[in-house]
Formats: sequence, C-alpha cells, structure tokens
Amino acid sequence: MALTIVDSCVNCWACYDVCPSEAIYQSSPHFKINARKCTECDGDFADPQCASICPIEEAILDSSGMPINPIGSLTGIPPEKMAEAMREIQAR
Amino acid sequence: MELTVLGQDSGAAASSCASGSCGSSNDQMGHLPEEIRNKVKNHPCYSEEAHHYFARMHVAVAPACNIQCHYCNRKYDCANESRPGVVSEVLTPDQAVKKTKAVAAAIPQMSVLGIAGPGDPLANPQRTFETFRMLSEQAPDIKLCVSTNGLALPDCVDELAKHNIDHVTITINCVDPDVGARIYPWIYWNNKRVFGRKAAKILIEQQQKGLEMLVARGILVKVNSVMIPGVNDEHLKEVSRIVKEKGAFLHNVMPLISEAEHGTFYGIMGQRGPEPEELQDLQDACAGDMNMMRHCRQCRADAVGLLGEDRGEEFTLDKIDAMDVDYEAAMQVRAAVHEGILEELAEKEAKRARLAAVTVPQSEDQLAPTLRPAMIAVATSGGGLINQHFGHATEFLIYEASPRGVRFIGHRKVDQYCIGGDTCGEKDSALAGSIRSLKGCEAVLCSKIGYEPWSLLESAGIVPNGEHAMEPIEEAVMAVYREMASAGKLVDAAPLAASLSA
Repeated sequence: MALTIVDSCVNCWACYDVCPSEAIYQSSPHFKINARKCTECDGDFADPQCASICPIEEAILDSSGMPINPIGSLTGIPPEKMAEAMREIQAR
Repeated sequence: MELTVLGQDSGAAASSCASGSCGSSNDQMGHLPEEIRNKVKNHPCYSEEAHHYFARMHVAVAPACNIQCHYCNRKYDCANESRPGVVSEVLTPDQAVKKTKAVAAAIPQMSVLGIAGPGDPLANPQRTFETFRMLSEQAPDIKLCVSTNGLALPDCVDELAKHNIDHVTITINCVDPDVGARIYPWIYWNNKRVFGRKAAKILIEQQQKGLEMLVARGILVKVNSVMIPGVNDEHLKEVSRIVKEKGAFLHNVMPLISEAEHGTFYGIMGQRGPEPEELQDLQDACAGDMNMMRHCRQCRADAVGLLGEDRGEEFTLDKIDAMDVDYEAAMQVRAAVHEGILEELAEKEAKRARLAAVTVPQSEDQLAPTLRPAMIAVATSGGGLINQHFGHATEFLIYEASPRGVRFIGHRKVDQYCIGGDTCGEKDSALAGSIRSLKGCEAVLCSKIGYEPWSLLESAGIVPNGEHAMEPIEEAVMAVYREMASAGKLVDAAPLAASLSA
C-alpha cells in the first residue's frame, strides 16, 4: 500500500514538507515516494497529505495506479477547454 | 461581507503632510511620517524615487505553495517569461546566500533581498527563515523582505520579527469570500485540501489577521492586489479602504497577467487583463489619501537588478562558483555607494522644497489651470534621467503632466513576450510592440531614436523627443508639457490617435 509520484511532478517540495512518514525524497528527475515507508497517511490523517497539497493534476497515483487528483480537479479548467486552448496555441 | 475594521486610529499614517514634500513632489512617500520614509527611502519596491537608484533581488528558495490562484500555473518555468511565480532554478538556502552576496558585490546599488516564491515563502518556513538567518549574519546591511499570500502569516509573525524583517507584502485580492471563490480554487489548510468559498473565507481571515498582527508589531505592510476585470475590479476599492484602515502603508494594484500560453485558469478560460487606462482609473479611485504604488514591475521570483531590469542570467550558480568575491570589501563599497545615492536624493528633496517655497512665479511661466493634462512616456535605464535609446527600451515610464505638475502614473512593458522558443506563438516586431505600449501618450522622451521608429511614432500621433537626453525626468517632462502648451496643443481634447487605440 503506497502512493507514487509520476513524471508530471514539478519538484515544488510541497509534499516533502507535509509527509508524516518521511517517505518522500528528492530524486532526479522528480521527487519519489519510498513505498516501504508510505502509509497513505492511514492512522495519521483522513487524506494522504502529499495528494492534498500537490498542485499538479495526475502527478500522484494511488496504489491501484489511478490519479488521486484527476484532470480538471485542481485547476478547475474543464479538460475540453484545455484541449481547445492547446490546439489553438499549437496552430499559431 | 463586511469585515470588522480594527485599529481604526492606528492608521493615522496619512493624516499629516510634511511641508515642501506635498504637491510639488511626485514622490508617493510624501504623505508618510518621517519614520516610515526613512525605512523605505532605499527600498526600490516601496519608494518610487528609490527604484531609479537602488537594486533588489529575489532568491527562489520557496517552491512549495499552500494555495492555488487562478492566475498561477505551477508548471511554468520559461526562462524568457517575466512574471511572479516563474523561475529558472530553485536554490537551497546555502546557494541563495552565496548568490545574494555575489550579486551584492557585483551590483553595489543592491539594498534589498526578497523572498517571493516561486511558491509561498511562508509555506516553506524552514528554507525561508534559514536563508534570512544566514543573511542577517553575513550581509547585515541588506534589508530583508518577504511576500506572502497570507495563509500561514499569523503563525509566522513571531519568526519574522525575530529575523528583523521590517517589510512584508501580503497579496490580498478580496475581502469577500464570494469574490475569493472566483480567484482561489483551493487551499491546503489543517491537513486537508479545502475548496471554493470555504477556502476563500479561511484565506481572507488569515490575511486580515496577519495584517493586523504585523501592524501591531510595527512591521511595515504593503498590500498587493491583482486587478481581475469583472471579478474583483470594483471590489478592490473596498479592499483598499480596509487595508488602509488597518494600517497597511502602501497599496499596489497590479494588472492581471493572463495569456493562454501561460496555462493558467484565467489564461485558458479567456479572462482578460485590464487595459492600462482601466488600471490607472482604479489606482486613482483607490488612492484617496492612501499611498498607491504605481512602479511595480511584477518581477520574477528570481529577479536581479534595478526594477524593470533582470540580470539573473549573469548570476547563475555555475557563474557564481567561478567568481572570486571579497565580501568585506564589497560591503564597504556598497556602504559608500548607498551613501552617495542617499545624498543625491536628499539634494533633490531639498531642491523640491526650495521650488515649492517659490510662491510668485513669473507670469509668462504660469500655465493656465484650464489646460488639460497630457501623458508623456520616458525611456530610462535608471538614475532618474532620460538616458535610454528608444530602441533599447524594454519598458517606458508614464508620467502625467498638468498645470499642477508632473506625476508618475505607471510603467508600460514593451510587449516582448517570450522571445525565443517556438511554442510561444506568433510575435510582432519589437518596434510595433513599443508603439502599442505607448497608447494614450502624446510624446515619448528618450536619449536617441532611429528614423524608422520616429516616423512610425509620428503617424501614431506620438511625438518622439530626443532633446532632453541626460536631463532629470520630471523637469524634462514639464519642459515638454510647457512646449505643448505654448504650441496651443493643450486647449482642446487629446488627439484621437493618442486617446484611442493606436
């Protein structure tokens, strides 16, 4: 039972500071979670702390590999609106 | 929601006006008590006059953030972009101290070290305070300041006071949670992510509490607000009134920066930023007897140099490693340079006082009070002089001249958005950008100007003027205004070409 940080991580250190298990470490190209130490905050907090402060959607996965903060959940930008803006920018 | 206003009578800062510094001066510090003016006279971010002379730097030791703002995208680190929240490299406290000392040795005008992100400094208390602690020991002549969203501020006030930080900037965009819910999607609070109105309410309460605590400690507080048309533009008048009543000494209303390329909520959703005229109108409306800041350049969280310039690339970690710095000697040079600048400023102040005391101007010099004001742009590279080539200007300072005198009303960045990089979209020529940025101005003063921009400016209704090279800005602006008056240009309304979009 452990969470995972994937490569959309921007290395902002926020999760590192709030992890109660000191399971998060700086690594290249991005921060990682030590699966042996991670408890998913069970017993400490109602929600996993790293995923509660992480500003990047889809950067932290649960133990089944699903993003805890799916696209659109943090920025409030609807995915189709983001896709449309990206198409527009790339077409310039 | 109306917040209770505490300490009504503690905000008496603006009540008296030192003679000689009022009216004739465009120094926004004119209304402040002597004690505060002394604290900020060498701070480029707080004193409009100081920003022509003194330099500042930000060290990016604070990457973590505890809130999300709709104008911020935490993924952005483009080296060519210049706005808050953007950096090229995050530093450890040790690296930051080394960089600060190297910069302060190379740029002796440097007076201030700020921590402003790229996240929230107080959401990184260990890295932020470790940096302050080392710097107050190793470079005691450098002023330390910090900029925060305010969420963690009440918990940090004791620590800030301990590190002898006498300037704090709080970004306050609203005092109403319903407005806040349209600016802040979430905050991290008490080990939970809190969304929407509830999040905004907590943030607002923490900001106001932090402001009150800082004022109670005698720490100077500047309030930054981002003007978001249709979201908080009208509301900021109330924000301004409340923060002033609580004792903030300066309010800085900044325009929203929002391009789809930035990947922010506002950028993607098409929220526009304000036009320069809208920003200026709001700043005027907020002014009252409050000190409004108009010279903010919304700099990066790793900016280095005078406001408006960024010499960050000269001081990357590998370049600093290669430098051989004598820190003691550098501190002595700094002291001499700072003293020289302060003497120069004191002379200017004395001159202003003398001019203000002259009560009977010669009649031919008298401008008819009915003449309309005119906006005049200036290209400067610092020192309070007109000393920059038009083509080299990355920004213009905008002054309003009228029969009552000259006042600084803001700056316009030349739109050089993201030069380089092929993902950044189509670019106009720098020249077109310069001319567009001068919308509403009737003249532009610079040290020199080429033939091509000269004719383009003229056809846009803006008179180029290189005749005042190396002259002090305010005097030159007034001289040009007088010329316009003599030529009869100021009787009728501003020409269409200048007042409408050029």
